[in-house]
Amino acid sequence: MKLSEEQIAFYDMAKDFASKKMAPNAGRWDEEKIFPVDTLRELAELGFGGIYVNPDLGGSGLSRLDSSLIFEALSHGCTSTAAFLSIHNMANWMIDSFGSAELKESIVPDLCTMKKIASYCLTEAGAGSDAGNLKTKAIKNGDYYIVNGTKSFISGGGSSDVYVTMVRTGDKSSSGISTLMIEKDSPGISFGAQEKKMGWNSQPTAQVIFEDCKVPVKNLLGNEGDGFKIAMKGLDGGRLNIAACSLGTAQSAFERAVEYVGDREQFGKKIQDFQSIQFKLADMATELEASRLMLRSAAIKVDENTPDKTKCAAMAKRFVTDLSFKIVNEALQIHGGYGYLKDYPLERNLRDVRVHQILEGTNEIMKVIISREILKENK
Amino acid sequence: MKVLVPIKRVVDYNVKIRVKSDNSGVELSNIKMSMNPFDEIAVEEAIRLKEAGTVSEIIVISIGPQQAQETIRTALAMGADRGILIKTDELVEPLNVAKLIKGVSEEENPEIIILGKQAIDDDSNQTGQMLAALLGWSQGTFASELKFSDGKINVIREIDGGLQTIDIKLPSIITTDLRLNEPRYASLPNIMKAKKKPIDEKSPEDYNIQISPMLEILKVSEPAQREAGIKVETVEELVDKLKNEAGVI
Ligand SMILES: Cc1cc2nc3c(=O)[nH]c(=O)nc-3n(C[C@H](O)[C@H](O)[C@H](O)COP(=O)(O)OP(=O)(O)OC[C@H]3O[C@@H](n4cnc5c(N)ncnc54)[C@H](O)[C@@H]3O)c2cc1C
Repeated sequence: MKLSEEQIAFYDMAKDFASKKMAPNAGRWDEEKIFPVDTLRELAELGFGGIYVNPDLGGSGLSRLDSSLIFEALSHGCTSTAAFLSIHNMANWMIDSFGSAELKESIVPDLCTMKKIASYCLTEAGAGSDAGNLKTKAIKNGDYYIVNGTKSFISGGGSSDVYVTMVRTGDKSSSGISTLMIEKDSPGISFGAQEKKMGWNSQPTAQVIFEDCKVPVKNLLGNEGDGFKIAMKGLDGGRLNIAACSLGTAQSAFERAVEYVGDREQFGKKIQDFQSIQFKLADMATELEASRLMLRSAAIKVDENTPDKTKCAAMAKRFVTDLSFKIVNEALQIHGGYGYLKDYPLERNLRDVRVHQILEGTNEIMKVIISREILKENK
Repeated sequence: MKVLVPIKRVVDYNVKIRVKSDNSGVELSNIKMSMNPFDEIAVEEAIRLKEAGTVSEIIVISIGPQQAQETIRTALAMGADRGILIKTDELVEPLNVAKLIKGVSEEENPEIIILGKQAIDDDSNQTGQMLAALLGWSQGTFASELKFSDGKINVIREIDGGLQTIDIKLPSIITTDLRLNEPRYASLPNIMKAKKKPIDEKSPEDYNIQISPMLEILKVSEPAQREAGIKVETVEELVDKLKNEAGVI
C-alpha cells in the first residue's frame, strides 16, 4: 500500500518522538506507574491531541489512515501511553463531531492542546460486553441532567478533566441511551481507587461514580437516544487505533528479536542459524505484513464511510491484536530467559498488548459483530 | 534580511552502515535517508532568528537527486519559507556545492548563510569555509551560540579545549555545532502546510557549474573489527606492554 509523502512524514516524526522521548522512559513509567502528562502535552503541541479533529478548533484534521500510522509509530516508544492518547483522541473527536457549537468551542481547543484530558465512559460492572444494557441513569430536571450510576475500568479515571459518558435517558433499549460530556469538577462526581493492573501502567484506571451529579443539558452530544450510536462510531475509529498500538509494539518486538538472533550464540553458532528460529521470524514477518495491510484497508473504509466499515474495523481489531500478541510472545520466547526479565522491554510489551484483546469490545465480541454483519448482508 | 540554509539528504543516523560488496561505496538502496543532523540544527537556528524578528525569510537549498525534495519538505514543515532543489545524480563534493550555493546567493542576496559544520556521510567539514572564501564573507564556524547586534554577530565557537568568542561583520557564513540548539519536530498541521510551500527546481547548469568530481574514490572499507582486550596481572606487566607492545610510553 503506497503512502503519500506526508503520511511518511507523519509516521517518521511520530516514530522519532517515540524513540527519543518515550522509549527511554517507558520502563520507568510502567514500574513506577507514572502517567506522563508532560509528554502527552508535548505530543499535543505537535498536533496529536486532536488528530482527526477539525482544524478550526485546533485539531489536525487528518484521516483514520493517518491516525493508524501515527499510533503504530508512537507505540514503538510506549504502548500504554500511545493507547491512552488514542482514547483521548476518540473522546475529543466525539465532542467535536456531536457537541453543540457552543460546547465545542468551550472545550475542544483545550483538549487539542491537552491542557484538558478526556476519558470515555461506557463500561459498567454489569454491562461490559453487553454495553447496551448500561444502567447509569440521567434524569432531566430543568437545565440539568441528574446522573446516578457507576462506570468501571475508566482509563484516565480520576486524572482526566472531561468524561464522555454513556447514560440512560430513555427506555431499556439501546435507543434509550444518550451521551453526556461531564466535567471533573461537577458536583456529585467521585472516583474509585486506582485499579492494580497487569499492564497499561503508564495510565490510571478507576471507577467513575456519579451521585446526583448535576450536568448542564447543553453538555448533551447529539440528541437524546443517539448515545449508543455515538459510542459505537467512536469505537470504529478507536478499534483501529488500538489495533495500531498492538501492531507497532509487535513490530518493535520483532525488530528486537531479529537483532538478538544475530548476537546470541548457543551450540557454537548464532541462534539465527537454527531453522526453527528462521521459520519463527518468517511467520512473524508474514503476520506483521498481513496485519498492517488489514488495518490500513479497514482505516480507509472508515475514512470513506463504506457500508462494511464496522465489520472491517472489527476484523482488523480482532486479527491485529491477536496476531500482535502472538508475535510479541514469540519475540519474548526467542530471547529465552532474558525475555522474561525486566532488563528487556518484551515482558512489558506482552503485558501491555494483552489488554487490547479485551477492551474496546473483546475479540469474541468482534466475532459477534463480524458474523452479525455477514448474516445481515446475506438477508 | 534573508537567510539561506543549505541542507543535505544523507543516510539516516540510525541506520547501520554497510559497505557495498565491491568496496565502491556504502549501500544506499532501500535505506532510510533523512536530513543531515547538523543541517537540522541550521534550519532550527534560522527559524529561531525568524521568530525573534532578526530575519524575514528562510530559503532552504538542497543539491542532490529528486528525492532530496523530501528533505526540503521536512525543512519547510519545520518552518522554512521556500525551497530550491538543484537536481543532480552525481556525487557532490564540497567545492561544487560551495560554488552552487554561491550561485544561489548571488540571485537571492541573503545576509547570512547557515550550514551544518559537516555532513554525516562524508564528514568533509569544508563547504562552509570554501563558501566563505568564494563569497569573501566573514565566517563563524562550529557555532554553539549566536547573538545579533547591528550589523554584527557575536559567535561562540566550539574549539579544541574550550570556547572561543568572536565578533563577525555581516554578511556571514555560520556553520553549526551540536550544542547550538535542539531542533524542533515538525507538527502534524505544519507537515500538511509544507505541501503548499513552493520549491523551485534548478540544475547545476543554471548556475554554469559542472558537477564533475575532483576526487577519485579508490576503495571504501569497513573499520577494522575491535579485538578483545586482555587482563594483566601486575603493574610491571602493564608498563612492559605499554612500552614494548603498544609503544606508547
Ligand atoms: C485496562 C482497562 C481499561 C479499560 N478502559 C475502559 C475505558 O476507558 N472506558 C470504558 O468504557 N471501558 C474500559 N474498559 C472496559 C472494557 O471495555 C471491558 O472490560 C470489556 O468491554 C469487556 O467487558 P467485561 O470486562 O465486563 O467482560 P464480560 O463482558 O463479562 O466478558 C467476559 C467474557 O465473556 C465473553 N463474552 C461476553 N459476551 C459474549 C458473547 N455474546 N459471545 C461470546 N463471548 C462473550 C467475553 O468475550 C469475555 O471473554 C477497560 C478495561 C480494561 C481492562
